[in-house]
Amino acid sequence: MSGEICVVAEVVRGELTEQTFVSLAAGRKLAGALGCRLAAVMLGADVAPLAAALGAADRVLAVEHPLLADFNPEAALLAAESAVRAAGARACIFCHTASGMDLACGVAHRLGAPVVACCRDFTAADGQARYVAVTCGGKIIVEGTLPGPVCVVTVMPGVLRAEQGRSDRTPPVERISPPAGMESVRTKFRGWIDPPAGDVDISRQNILVSVGRGIQKKENIALAERLAAALGGVVTGSRPIIDQGWLPPTRLVGKSGKQVRPRLYLAVGISGAPEHMEGVPAAELMIGINTDARAPIFDAAHYGATCDAVQLMPALAAALGK
Amino acid sequence: MSEATSYEFLEKVIAATPDGAYIRKCLQCGTCSGICPYGFAMDYPPRALIAALRADDFHGVLESDTIWLCVSCFACASVCPMKIPLTRGLLATLKAEMLVGGSIPAELQTALSNSRRYGNALGESPRKRADWARDFTVPVPVMAGRKDPVEMLWFVGDYGSYHPRVQLVSKALAKLMHAMGMSFGILGPEENSDGDTQAFAGEWGLFELLARKNIRAMSRYQFREVITGDPHAFNAMKHEYPRLGFDKRVRHYAQVFAERIDILRPLLKNPLPLRVTYHDPCYLGRANDNGVYEEPRLLLRAIPGVELVEMDHNRVMSICCGGGGGGMWLDGFTWEKAHARTTEWRVREAVECGAQVLAVACPYETPRFEDAVKSTGNEGRLIVRDIAELLAESAFGREDVQ
Amino acid sequence: MNIVVPIKFVPDPVEDLQIDPSSGLLDRSFLRLIPSELDEHALEQALILKERHGGTVTVVACDTGDVDETLFTALARGADRAVKITGDDFQQGIGSRRMAAIIHAAISGEPCDLVLTGTQALDDMDGFVGALLAERMGVPYIGYVTKVEIAGNKAAVRKEYPGGLNAEIETALPAVLGIQAAEKPPRYVVTAKVMEAMKSRRIDEKPGEDPGEPFTFPDLRMALPEPARRAEMLDGSPAQVAQKIVALLRERGLVG
Repeated sequence: MSGEICVVAEVVRGELTEQTFVSLAAGRKLAGALGCRLAAVMLGADVAPLAAALGAADRVLAVEHPLLADFNPEAALLAAESAVRAAGARACIFCHTASGMDLACGVAHRLGAPVVACCRDFTAADGQARYVAVTCGGKIIVEGTLPGPVCVVTVMPGVLRAEQGRSDRTPPVERISPPAGMESVRTKFRGWIDPPAGDVDISRQNILVSVGRGIQKKENIALAERLAAALGGVVTGSRPIIDQGWLPPTRLVGKSGKQVRPRLYLAVGISGAPEHMEGVPAAELMIGINTDARAPIFDAAHYGATCDAVQLMPALAAALGK
Repeated sequence: MSEATSYEFLEKVIAATPDGAYIRKCLQCGTCSGICPYGFAMDYPPRALIAALRADDFHGVLESDTIWLCVSCFACASVCPMKIPLTRGLLATLKAEMLVGGSIPAELQTALSNSRRYGNALGESPRKRADWARDFTVPVPVMAGRKDPVEMLWFVGDYGSYHPRVQLVSKALAKLMHAMGMSFGILGPEENSDGDTQAFAGEWGLFELLARKNIRAMSRYQFREVITGDPHAFNAMKHEYPRLGFDKRVRHYAQVFAERIDILRPLLKNPLPLRVTYHDPCYLGRANDNGVYEEPRLLLRAIPGVELVEMDHNRVMSICCGGGGGGMWLDGFTWEKAHARTTEWRVREAVECGAQVLAVACPYETPRFEDAVKSTGNEGRLIVRDIAELLAESAFGREDVQ
Repeated sequence: MNIVVPIKFVPDPVEDLQIDPSSGLLDRSFLRLIPSELDEHALEQALILKERHGGTVTVVACDTGDVDETLFTALARGADRAVKITGDDFQQGIGSRRMAAIIHAAISGEPCDLVLTGTQALDDMDGFVGALLAERMGVPYIGYVTKVEIAGNKAAVRKEYPGGLNAEIETALPAVLGIQAAEKPPRYVVTAKVMEAMKSRRIDEKPGEDPGEPFTFPDLRMALPEPARRAEMLDGSPAQVAQKIVALLRERGLVG
C-alpha cells in the first residue's frame, strides 16, 4: 500500500472544473496531515492535455478509454475503481457534485471503505487526520478522525480556495489500463444540452446582487447590472421589483419566486421581510444595504450598512476597479 | 383534473350550505360579477360560472385557473338579490373541486402543506409560536403552564404569532388587556391556524383537522370566552367550530373593548391628533352578516384628538384587502393575472378621503396595506395601524413596543 | 413496470437542532422527522411514469419515526403499495449505508425494474442511499436526474450540471436513478383523501434484515455553528463602505 491520497478529477465538457482544484487543495491538506503523497485520478479519452494542470498532485493516474470522453457514470465508476485500487489509496476524494456523487459510494463499496460526505476541511491532530464536515443543511458541524484503513470522502463546493489546488508544476502521468468490463457497460452518454438561451437560473448562481424598493427608480437597475457584472454575478430582485416589471420573473427571489443559496448575496434596498427572506435560506456571505437601521435584513445579513443604495452601488463597482 | 359532471358539481354546491338550493333561482343579473374585485380578470366570474354550469360546461370551468383570484370577500354573496350563498356554496366548492383534481398554484400549495405539517401557513416551528410573548413587558400566560381558569382565551393566530409586523399588534393588545384588568391566556404552541382561510381556499379537510386540534386544546382549559384580533378566527369559531363541538362565545377584541369602553376610555391619556379612516375587514363585517361595524369606530372615536373620516366604500361595501380565500398566499399569481391590487385601490381611497391613518382590525391587513402604501408612492402620506396599536399609543405613549 | 421509491426521513431544519451533550451527537428526542424533499420528487416522478406507462409504484421506508402519515399520503397520491420496514433501534436513526442494505434485503425477490430516490438527503453523512442501493443490486446508477423517459427496457435521463447545463444519458433497466427534480413539483393531495387512505388502505410491515452499522467513525462529534447574530455594521460614506466590502470579498476569495 502506498498510502496515497487520490483526488478524482472532474471534467465537464472537456474542461477541468473549478471544484477539481478545490478538491486538490483539500487533498493537499489531507496528504499533509497523513504524511502521504497526493495523486490525481483523471478519467478521459485523452487526458494528456488536461493532466498538465494537475501539478498540485505528485502524480496523475490516468485511465483512458473512448467511453470516458464524457461523463458516463457506469464506465467512470469502473475506471475510478481500478485507478484507486492501483494506487492503494489511503483516502479517495470526490467532488460533492453531480459527477463525483455518482462515483463515491460505488468506489467506497467496492473497496469496503466508509464514506465521509460533505467535508469542508482536513486537519492534523496527534498524527491523525481529522475531517470537518457539515450536515443538515449546514446547521450541524461534524468532526472526527478520518476512518481507516481506507476511506472515501466528498468535498463540498467552494470550501477551499481553488488557487491552493493549482500549481505550475507539470506532474508525471502514469497510465493505467482500462479495466475489463468497460465494453459491457449498459450506460451510454448521448450528448450535452446547452443551457437555454435567454435567462439565467438564479438558483445556480454564486453571486447575486438583489434589489428591492430601496433602489427607488427603474433606471437604477442599470447600476445594479453594472455592479453585478463587476462581481461576476447576476441581478435578482424582491417581488415589488418584479411586479413593476423592472426585472423578469426569472429573477424573483422569495416565497413566490426562487430559493437561492449563493456564495454572495448583496441585498440592496431590501427590507428583509419574511416573504423575501424565504427565498434566501442560506448565503455564505450576506451583506445588507438599507437606510433603515432596524430593517429585518440586518437580522439575516452578516454585514450591513445604512448608506444610500443608489450611491453605494456605483461606489462598489468603482472600488472593484470596474 | 376532476371528473365531476356539471350536474354532480351542482349537487355538491347545493349540499355545501343550508340555502344551497337558491342557486337554482339565479337571475343572471350579473351584480355579483360586477362587484367582484377581481371579476374583470376571471374567465368565470360568479354569474358566468353559474351560466356555464347550466350549459353543462363544467369541463370548461375546470380548464381555467382564475377561480384562484377569488379572495372570498363575500361581496358577491352580500349583493345577490336571490341570496345565493355564492362565497361559501359556489366558489369555495369550486376551489375544493380544483384541489381534488390536483390543480393548485404552487404558492398556495406551500401554504396549505405548511398548515398541515406545522399548523401554520408560514411554515414556522410550532414550538416557537409563543416566542413573541416571552419576556414581554406584561405577562402573556400560556395556558399549559397554569391550572387556574381565565376570563378570556386569547386566540392570537398565525400572523399575530409569527409575522414581525403583526407581532407588534399582538404586543399592543397584550398591554391593553393587561391595563384593563382582563385575565387572559394564550394556547401558545398548542394553537394551530384557525383554518378559516384554508377552508375558503377549498381545503375543508384541512380546516377540520386544524379546527379539531384547536377545539381539543381549548377543551383542556377553563375560560369564559374567546377573544381574538383575527376576524378569520372569529368567523370560523362563530360559524364552523360549533358543529365540531365548540361551545364557547367568541368575540373580536373590538366588541369586547367596546363593551368595556368605560374602563378603556380613562386609559387613553395621550391625544392623537390624526385624521383616521377605518377599513372594515370582510370577515368582521360583511361575511356571514357578522355585522361588526360600529364597535371599531366607537373605539377610534374614544381616542382624544382622533377625527374619524369615512372612505367611500365603508361598512358592508368595504373593499377587500385581498387576503382571504387563499389570496394571502397567492400574490404572485394574482398580480400575474390581474395586474392590479385591491390594496392599492383601498390605499388610494384612504388618501382621497383625507386620512393620515388607515386603521385596520385584521392581521392580514397591516402588512398588505403597508406594502400598498409603498407601491402607490404614499410613504410619508399615510400610515397603517391596527386599532389596538392606536389605542396602545394613546394609553402608553409612543414608546418602542419591542 | 415496477418502480420502487425508498423514502428517507430526515430532521426538519425548521426546528432547532440540538446536540445531546452525553453522546456528542444530534439529540433525536427533539427532532421532527420529515420525508426527504428529493424523495418526494422521486415519488412524483414515479407516479408520472406510472401514469404514462402503467405498472406499480411501491414506496419503502424504514420505521425511523412517524412515517405512517407520509406513507398514507403516498398511497393517497397514487402509490400502489407502502412498505414499512421495522427494527428495534431504528428510531435512534439509521445511516445511509445501513439503510441501503436494509432496503435491499426488503425488496430483493420482488419485481423491480426501476428504483427512484432522491439524489441526496440533507442528513446524508456516510453516503447516498440511491448510489449505495445500486451497488448492492448490481445495477447502474445515475444521479442528479431531472427527466426520465422510458422506452422498452431503456431509460433515457437528463442529468443536471451547474449553470443550466444538462447531459443526456441512456441506460438499461433495471437501474437506480437519483432524482434531483421531478418533471413537475410533487402533487398536492387534499387532506380528505389522506384521511380516507388512513381508513381504507394498509401499510405492509416487514421486519428489517439489518446488518447493523458496518463502519465506525472514531471520535465523531457534532456541534452547532456559532450562533447567528445581528449584522456587523459598516460605517462611513458610500465610498468607504465600498472599500470595506471589497476587503470582505477578497478575504473570502469572492473576488480576485
